[in-house]
Amino acid sequence: MRYNSTKVPKTERITKLVEDLYAKMPEIESARARLLTESFQQTEGKPLLMRKALSFAHILKNIPIIIRENELIVGSSTIAPRGCQTFPEFSYDWLEAEFETVATREADPFYIADHTKKELKEANAYWKGRTTSELATEYMAPETKLAMEHNIFTPGNYFYNGVGHVTVQYEKVLAIGYEGIMKEAGAELLKCKPGDGDYATRKTFLEAVIISCQAVIDYAGRYAELAEKEAAGCMDAARRVELLQIASNCRNVPAKGATTFYEACQSFWFVQQLLQVESSGHSISPGRFDQYMYPYYKKDLENGTLTREFAQELIDCIWVKLNDLNKVRDADSAKGFAGYSLFQNLIVGGQDEAGRDVTNDLSFMCIDASAHVFLPMPSLSIRVWNGTPHELLVRAAELTRTGIGLPAYYNDEVIIPSLMSMGLSLEDARTYNIIGCVEPQKAGKTNGWHDAAFFNMCRPLELVFSSGVDKGVQLGPKTKAVEEMTSFEEFFDAYKEQMEYFIELLVNADNAIDQAHADRAPLPYLASMVDDCIARGKTCEQGGCVYNFTGPQGFGIANVADSLYTVKTLVFDEKKVSMAELKKALLFNYGKEINSLVVSQVAGNLANEMTKAGQIPTPEVLARASEAVIKEAVTAEDRKRFDEILAMIEEIPKFGNDIEEVDSFAREVAYTYTKPMLRYKNPRGGQYQAGLYPVSANVPLGAQTGATPDGRLAGVPVADGVSPSAGKDVNGPTAAANSVATLDHGIASNGTLFNQKFHPSALSGAAGLDNFVNLIRAYFDRKGSHVQFNVVSRETLLDAQAHPENYKHLVVRVAGYSALFTTLSKSLQDDIIRRTEQGF
Amino acid sequence: MAETDLKTKGRIFDIQRYSIHDGTGIRTIVFLKGCVLRCRWCCNPESQSYDVETLVVQGKPKIIGRDVTVEEVMEIVEKDRGYYRRSGGGLTLSGGESLCQPTFAKALLKEAKERGINTAMESMGCASYEVVDEILEYLDTYLMDIKHTNPNKHKEFTGKSNELMLENARKIAASGKTKLVIRVPVIPTFNDTPEEIADIARFADKLPGVEKIHLLPYHRLGQDKYEGLGRPYLMGEALPPENDHMLMLKKVVENVSDLVCQIGG
Repeated sequence: MRYNSTKVPKTERITKLVEDLYAKMPEIESARARLLTESFQQTEGKPLLMRKALSFAHILKNIPIIIRENELIVGSSTIAPRGCQTFPEFSYDWLEAEFETVATREADPFYIADHTKKELKEANAYWKGRTTSELATEYMAPETKLAMEHNIFTPGNYFYNGVGHVTVQYEKVLAIGYEGIMKEAGAELLKCKPGDGDYATRKTFLEAVIISCQAVIDYAGRYAELAEKEAAGCMDAARRVELLQIASNCRNVPAKGATTFYEACQSFWFVQQLLQVESSGHSISPGRFDQYMYPYYKKDLENGTLTREFAQELIDCIWVKLNDLNKVRDADSAKGFAGYSLFQNLIVGGQDEAGRDVTNDLSFMCIDASAHVFLPMPSLSIRVWNGTPHELLVRAAELTRTGIGLPAYYNDEVIIPSLMSMGLSLEDARTYNIIGCVEPQKAGKTNGWHDAAFFNMCRPLELVFSSGVDKGVQLGPKTKAVEEMTSFEEFFDAYKEQMEYFIELLVNADNAIDQAHADRAPLPYLASMVDDCIARGKTCEQGGCVYNFTGPQGFGIANVADSLYTVKTLVFDEKKVSMAELKKALLFNYGKEINSLVVSQVAGNLANEMTKAGQIPTPEVLARASEAVIKEAVTAEDRKRFDEILAMIEEIPKFGNDIEEVDSFAREVAYTYTKPMLRYKNPRGGQYQAGLYPVSANVPLGAQTGATPDGRLAGVPVADGVSPSAGKDVNGPTAAANSVATLDHGIASNGTLFNQKFHPSALSGAAGLDNFVNLIRAYFDRKGSHVQFNVVSRETLLDAQAHPENYKHLVVRVAGYSALFTTLSKSLQDDIIRRTEQGF
Repeated sequence: MAETDLKTKGRIFDIQRYSIHDGTGIRTIVFLKGCVLRCRWCCNPESQSYDVETLVVQGKPKIIGRDVTVEEVMEIVEKDRGYYRRSGGGLTLSGGESLCQPTFAKALLKEAKERGINTAMESMGCASYEVVDEILEYLDTYLMDIKHTNPNKHKEFTGKSNELMLENARKIAASGKTKLVIRVPVIPTFNDTPEEIADIARFADKLPGVEKIHLLPYHRLGQDKYEGLGRPYLMGEALPPENDHMLMLKKVVENVSDLVCQIGG
């Protein structure tokens, strides 16, 4: 056998570590913001990259450190468990505005002490006019900002935060340590000639890299000292030995190459932790952990210095640490990313550069670690191809059966060619890993900007009905009035025109933000671990990487497909509903609730008319007038007709039921987003590539979307990922999977996301697991790219909603990641419950 | 296959994809309408009458029963061919009693076999052996219900005596044409004592070639449908057997026979 898959039991230590980690609400701390600001105030006038490196060093030298009880792997960014630091260099306004509410808000609350608020306010003041967010706003075209105000898309992620979304060369740090990397940078430095055109930037960059690496070595040194100090005062002999071992590890790594598996674990951790101190970018993804850690494990096992039991405990410890890192987001983003998730994606299995299967002991142990700690991080993924051992998939299915929502399954046979179509070499494509939710990339060579924006594909559809007018503003192109359209093709063309217009603005927004990061937030520490930064003398943000992409994701595909199919069928083919009727039904939310979305459209139009007539549309006048208009506009007869229309829509076949005509239609609809994206380039010279996945933003962004022709009412969540609309797939999991597989996953090279939900009963017994694995295999045979599962009963979820106190550890898969169910907002909980339960 | 066979019509009341409890692997179950028995515990009461019926589901009337051709059914069966291939699954006929529509059942199974799709049928074998025999060559697995060995009790609870079915079981096993698996619905008040289960196990064990027996615990999921059809539910308050009881019965089977016993399908 190529591997040993025997399970190793969880230790008492892991149980205690998890309990301690979740003992109280996470807290915001001010140390990083204070130290960063202090450093920047002292380095005015120096080159920016140098200032970045010096501030990083200043932070690492002075930030409080702690070794938590029972820890074997050390390195904590905050004193409070699951605490977070702040990053005012990207943006800070939103946090100050939420100082009084952040502890009590619905999604991802954080405790913040009064003295912390004061300290942060002082530090933040320095950053006024200096943030990436402010510069990005300067760079954007006016129409782009308008489109954002109208919620067509939101690039919020990188607009307010660091970029992250990267997998670095962990294997390099493990092998040669930062001393080795500093030596490389030093050698490059020697090559810099005073007469070189790029002498100034290259030299500064390399020096910044060296300072950053040294800062990390010194930081580990602080931990070594602390461990020695604690050991000296430790009464427990066993713990004293552990602390001395920790000290010895931190003396050696990450300065030097790791000599043991334990050192490799510690070295890995410092890399993982400190990337998240340098920048607030999330989705710092460990990637192929089972691969780069394996040589150390194998060597120690063979020379008898490591037991499988201890190796498993160390891996479990890392899994706990991955949940110790945290990040505070603004209230809206917190809803979109709900569950305190940092999307640290770790993937097992797959192929090597020569196309051979690489499953090893650690692949199994990683899956078992997730079962042991039973926490959302890491976002565990598994690569599936024809050569994947059945046993590995069964082990993965066992984990899925627990209801943790992990792992996510990825199809090599789609992703490898898809990456090659984007210019990756065969070897690089074969060794891909996943970033964040579902985004494939080649580790250590890529700045993928994978989570660049959420694009709401339903909003341009709304604009087709209003010839581009939104809330009284001519937002999109003035396409032909729908009532005058004579064919479905005309309608579809108008949709494409709206889409293309806004896709260009989305590109404008992302490129503005991209440039702002290059100008104000280049990251020298990150650059030390991504090719070809050192050789090129540039950071990732400045175009130092081998592969550069921008990957904004579209969502609502099922809604748009079902909507267009409805328009085609009811209005043009069968002529059962006139376009005027449908338009009115949509504007007034099918005669159902007149919510703020409906009112804002009516009021916008009214305001226009009043202004034209020389009147001043004050809010009070407008509110009264709108109410009157709505009252008058929708008669009892209208309501009856709207109900008839809804009943007709209900009868129309929907995406997700394995109906070829409808599914092929959805495929064409997806192209309206994925294809125009390929026309654009980013400031780093890289290509745009579309993703089709929404994280959990389908809920908050659905709240910004008016009624759609698929019968979806205003404000209701839109469909998640490439999954069918909630509750619309009624033919079971194979039918839904076949429909989803009909989409072109290859062209959405930034990733697609398909959620399925099962009762645990579907996976019962050995036969249940086999069938489950074979379901995945067959879906992947049909070129599906990704699938993930919620295995939990509806009753359980309802009970958890009613009695959250009994379900503190209930983990569900939300969309690309797992979260604790009880920490999600009510509306997101409802959405998860509503998603069709498949099978039986 | 001849065009006429593809056009063979039959009456079904449902097609269920991704079925994983009736035969090996991932299967598509076609439920044929009409049954010779009237088992009190039947969880598909809408399957019993051959007539098209109206079932009230959550306050809304739903028409049960539609006439379809072999071709139409196969179009749906084909959709999951990739899942059958990966899992060793295929087509399962269920009901009702498929043998009530022998021409249609045979045409479906034959068509599936010719297309290389694995076939199974859930049936009590309640038809003349000539009818059964016609089908066997197109059937990979016969999932045969044996509910009781006592003719009187069988008649009391299902409306028919069991001699024909037991005789057919012997003949099917002797024919060697299909893999025969015996399934026993374990019904409180009817056959859930160790003695009754042991009798069935002994009977099954004597059938040549039979290796497996499935004990299917009674469930009440069909109860609402009786109400929806305006019929009384005769099982009253009978509770599904406890897990421990099922495990005990499994032991009984293993003690009195060489059969491999599994709880559930």
